Amino acid sequence: MKEELFISGRNIPNIDPILHIWHWPISVYLFLGGLAAGLLFFTALFYLLGKEKEMPATVKFASIVAPIALIIGLIALFYDLTHKIYFWKLYTTIRIESPMSWGAWVLLLITPISIFWVLSYFDELFPKWDLKFDFLKKFQHILIKNRLNMALALIPLSIILGVYTGILLSAFNARPLWNNAILGPLFLTSGLSTGVAAIILISKNHFERHLLNKIDIGLIIIELGLITHMFMGLYAGSQVQLEAMQLLVGGEFTIVFFGFVVILGLIIPLLLEFLEVLGYKIPIVIPAVLILIGGLIFRFVMVEAGQITRYLY
Amino acid sequence: MKLAMVIDTKKCVGCSDCVVACQTENDVPIGYCRDWIIETVNGTYPSIELELRSERCNHCSNAPCVRCCPTGASHIVDGGTVLVTHNECIGCGACIESCPYDARFQHPRGYIDKCTFCYHRVSKGKLPACVSVCPTKCMYFGDLDNSHSEVSQLLGKRRYKTLAPEAGTKPQVYYLI
Amino acid sequence: MVSSRRKFIKISALGLGGAAVSASVFNFLDESTYLDELVYSKVLENYRKTATYCEVCFWKCAGWIYSDENNNVKKIIGNDNDFQCYGRLCPRGTGGVGMYTDPDRLKTPLIRDIVNGKETFREASWEEALTLVASKMQAVKEKHGAESIALIKHGEPGGHFEHLLKAFGSETVAEPAFAQCRGPREVGFKLTMGSWVGSPEPTDIRDSKCLVLIGSHLGENMHNTQVQEMADAIDRGATFITVDPRLSTVASKSKYWLPIKPSTDIALLLSWMHVLIYENLYDKEYVEKFGLGFDQLKEHVRTFTPEWAYGITTIEPDVIRKTAREMADAAPAVIVHPGRHVTWYGDDSQRSRAIAILNGLLGSWGRRGGFYFKEALKVPDFPQPPYPKPKWTWKELSSRYPYAEMGITNEVIRSSIPADDVEYPVKAWIVAACNLPVSIPNKNLLLKAIDSLEFMIVVDTMPMEVTGYADVVLPECTYLERWGSIRSSANREPSIALRAPAIRPLYDSKPAWWMAKQLGEKLGLHDYFNYNDYTEVLDWQFKQVGTSLEEMQKLGVKNYPRKTGSLFMNDDLDFNFPTKSGKIEFYSEELAAIGQPPMPVYTPHPEPEKGYYRLNYGRAPMHTFSRTANNPNLNDLMDENTVWVNPKVAKIEVLKADQYVWLKNQDGIISSFPIKVRVTERIRFDSVYMVHGFGHDNQKLTNAHGKGACDTQLITSVSIDPLMGGTGMRGNSVTFLTENPYNIA
Repeated sequence: MKEELFISGRNIPNIDPILHIWHWPISVYLFLGGLAAGLLFFTALFYLLGKEKEMPATVKFASIVAPIALIIGLIALFYDLTHKIYFWKLYTTIRIESPMSWGAWVLLLITPISIFWVLSYFDELFPKWDLKFDFLKKFQHILIKNRLNMALALIPLSIILGVYTGILLSAFNARPLWNNAILGPLFLTSGLSTGVAAIILISKNHFERHLLNKIDIGLIIIELGLITHMFMGLYAGSQVQLEAMQLLVGGEFTIVFFGFVVILGLIIPLLLEFLEVLGYKIPIVIPAVLILIGGLIFRFVMVEAGQITRYLY
Repeated sequence: MKLAMVIDTKKCVGCSDCVVACQTENDVPIGYCRDWIIETVNGTYPSIELELRSERCNHCSNAPCVRCCPTGASHIVDGGTVLVTHNECIGCGACIESCPYDARFQHPRGYIDKCTFCYHRVSKGKLPACVSVCPTKCMYFGDLDNSHSEVSQLLGKRRYKTLAPEAGTKPQVYYLI
Repeated sequence: MVSSRRKFIKISALGLGGAAVSASVFNFLDESTYLDELVYSKVLENYRKTATYCEVCFWKCAGWIYSDENNNVKKIIGNDNDFQCYGRLCPRGTGGVGMYTDPDRLKTPLIRDIVNGKETFREASWEEALTLVASKMQAVKEKHGAESIALIKHGEPGGHFEHLLKAFGSETVAEPAFAQCRGPREVGFKLTMGSWVGSPEPTDIRDSKCLVLIGSHLGENMHNTQVQEMADAIDRGATFITVDPRLSTVASKSKYWLPIKPSTDIALLLSWMHVLIYENLYDKEYVEKFGLGFDQLKEHVRTFTPEWAYGITTIEPDVIRKTAREMADAAPAVIVHPGRHVTWYGDDSQRSRAIAILNGLLGSWGRRGGFYFKEALKVPDFPQPPYPKPKWTWKELSSRYPYAEMGITNEVIRSSIPADDVEYPVKAWIVAACNLPVSIPNKNLLLKAIDSLEFMIVVDTMPMEVTGYADVVLPECTYLERWGSIRSSANREPSIALRAPAIRPLYDSKPAWWMAKQLGEKLGLHDYFNYNDYTEVLDWQFKQVGTSLEEMQKLGVKNYPRKTGSLFMNDDLDFNFPTKSGKIEFYSEELAAIGQPPMPVYTPHPEPEKGYYRLNYGRAPMHTFSRTANNPNLNDLMDENTVWVNPKVAKIEVLKADQYVWLKNQDGIISSFPIKVRVTERIRFDSVYMVHGFGHDNQKLTNAHGKGACDTQLITSVSIDPLMGGTGMRGNSVTFLTENPYNIA
């Protein structure tokens, strides 16, 4: 029989017996960051493709959600900091090796752009309201002229943001569940998918919904592929990775992960969307909401389970 | 200069004096610790191997906590000691997540805290508090770049290990086995 | 790549030269932003240093208390010049800070009173409390004689109250340290070698080539210098032989671990003697010169072969032979350690004699690497009139046991319960720093005795369980807050140490010397307390031995050259043992004369019944019995004990690791609190183990209350040592209750 025990000294809050430094706000932040990344990516993409008219929700209406999601996400992140008064220190340095650092910088850039984007469509989005001050109107004109530039900036920034939500976790080799390179693309894909789902919910345009539906099918298939890939990687890994995998397969997170994330959050929406494409009448809200909930639960599972996994020595 | 700690598991009795000494020296709040004792038992009665280890921040040469710190609060000073600047730390917890040894914790005041190799003592030529009190003298501290130092000599003639070397962190706390 | 952003100030040889670049300390401060004010103050070291010697355990290591200008005790560090600690304190000494900061401390005198029909404690002034104590003492003296006031004591406060009581006319003094702890070994060694082992034990572990431990768990008991020397011995590659049913820490470091069947140690010791004698391995010159009754011993152990012992101890004959030869190879630099807490099975003085005899055969007494001749400095007592002569003392009280060399607590307890066979009735107790319910077996008897008392006073720093039974509780300040009597201990070199206060006593607590003096004044014993402050006593005493209080405040410890000659015997073995015969008494005429076995014999002890496991208990390095369980620093290290169970037992009894169970002993006593199960290979399958001192049931101990189980509570079957009255406590067994037995309505 093998035993390993603390003789003394270890009963530290949030660390012993299992690590729980990152709480729900981090999961929410990762979800909202991914969602905003997805939204802004498609906003910019279809704007650049000149589909402003055909895809009004994508380019205009849904883009309101992005800054809101980003701001709530940032509030959540800020809420989870324990030494808040030094928050500004994030912006006194750029730490190339720290995903958290360049995440903070990307957020610093993308959040105002997303707000500017909404502002540039302010008259169309809020026809009843009036920008009261002249300087705001002047500013809006400048923004409208720069939509192309903003869209060009949003494409790489949204991809970085989407990937970042995964790399934030995968950069930690101390947590074997997180420490695989697939997490970046996986979180990006999931973020894009939730972004699309959010647009579908807002869109009233049949063509737009139909197109987004098809895109989403593609994204979900990619996402399922990446999840499979993640498991293959863990399965082929060392003991610590095997143990990490066991949390999701046959462990305490199995039901949540496979039930809520994979089946309810991916496979069922995929089937429903596929049926919709085939011409069946499916209430489009259902797959979209399932995807959003699945995406949120996915972040929760990864953040919680990842912190349980550790090196053995 | 490369400061390292060498701990002789053959002598350690797990008394935890290092833990209390650190607590009183560094005003570590009750309920927290910068160092701790682990016991591992292997084998079946009556052939059993017991190992006692005093563990702490490994002051890794390839420190993931320093890499992932978004503000640079976690940094490495000359000698290789990993420190946290309290008033640059935002308490994001990334370094805690990144540490394979769970050596860091959130101080009740908010910043992230951990073993400093008693920088304030060492810079005055004293030994870290834990080393200075150890009743079994199972802990050694010194410069690995100096081949005449006690730590270099010990690593030269004894079998040793580091913790979770597969994590790639190049820990600077060595255990004689 | 990791960037390095700060300059480290260059230091020369770390810890060796200590040639710190003091001028650059300030540069270092300028450059660094990581230091907060706390660390600043540490770097500048504007701490005040006060000399003390530790009171967390009985080892009494000398150290320095560091306190800041706001009178906060910051840390306690060992005194480099002290041979009792070599500058290094153990975790309890380092954590002694917590004794001072513990918010649960006793704060004011308490008097038992009836408020609204309920018995309760009310806070009282010192004047009221001490007047009450004095009047009660006077009343008991007038009614029953001063002798019927007993003092049960441990540590320094005990000394001051002993002085008071002796001046008052009573010498009814007892220490659980004798009959519940080390008494048997003192008796066993005195009968054999002619002198007590004493504390600290004069074991020359640092030079030893072979250390044999019989159930002694050095390293788990942090007997400071012994543990330090043990570590040195490991470095030197000395052979350790550890006899223990449990793989103790030191067993894991031993070349030989002999997982003996509990209660059979004497059989092993006898067979070792057999091997040493019949394989001609003993120290012939030494034995010839000093041995008395060697031939009888040889005949006595003739049949005690390793094969015979194997059947009893479960230790294989081959191992017994090998270990005996290891000892002989190392002799005389070998120590068969006398142990410390040795009240196990009721034949403990005889077992200690067996250990002493074994040392005699190996020639280790008075030899380098064996036992050294210790020496202490005699510090004269402060001038006072002679004590009055009591009609009877602890000696008469303990006279049922011929070798009771100190008062026997269990005899005080027996004599407190009115009965026909009580010759020397005890009517009142003063209990100084002794938590009796957690140290004395057979709690029912203890409670009956307490119930019969006319008056009981408890002096303590903490609201220990025993305070709950007192009529008056006197809150003592901690050792960090008071002057203490001079430590003059027997060691390789004589030394004295000072205990000075670093800070004023917290709350309304007072030093024991002050309490004793106030009571003395009230009882008209001024002549025995002819000083205003204890510093007068200390200064006078220090001046008698060529120093002064002022000098000692700077030194902390003063060492003196030896006067009694060498630490060890010379090569001519020119020595007289202080026994009656002047020799090592392998055969004891003395014992034969009183009808006791003149040489140790093995007697089987009762075995646990089926489904029960022998209850063994021991110590953890970070705690001193029950007295540190509430100390915030030490409680932080270990806040509960666990019950160690072999995996086989866990399987049979269906126990899971970390599950909480209640323990029930052979007499149906159930532990008040549940205890966590530790399933471990480190223990035999016929016994369980737990650390002593947990399971406190006084809710005023907020950190310790209800944590773990109390072994003493489960010790209800006691075998009394016929030689010295020790209470053998290892004859108890327990079974496991997985359901809360207190839930059954």
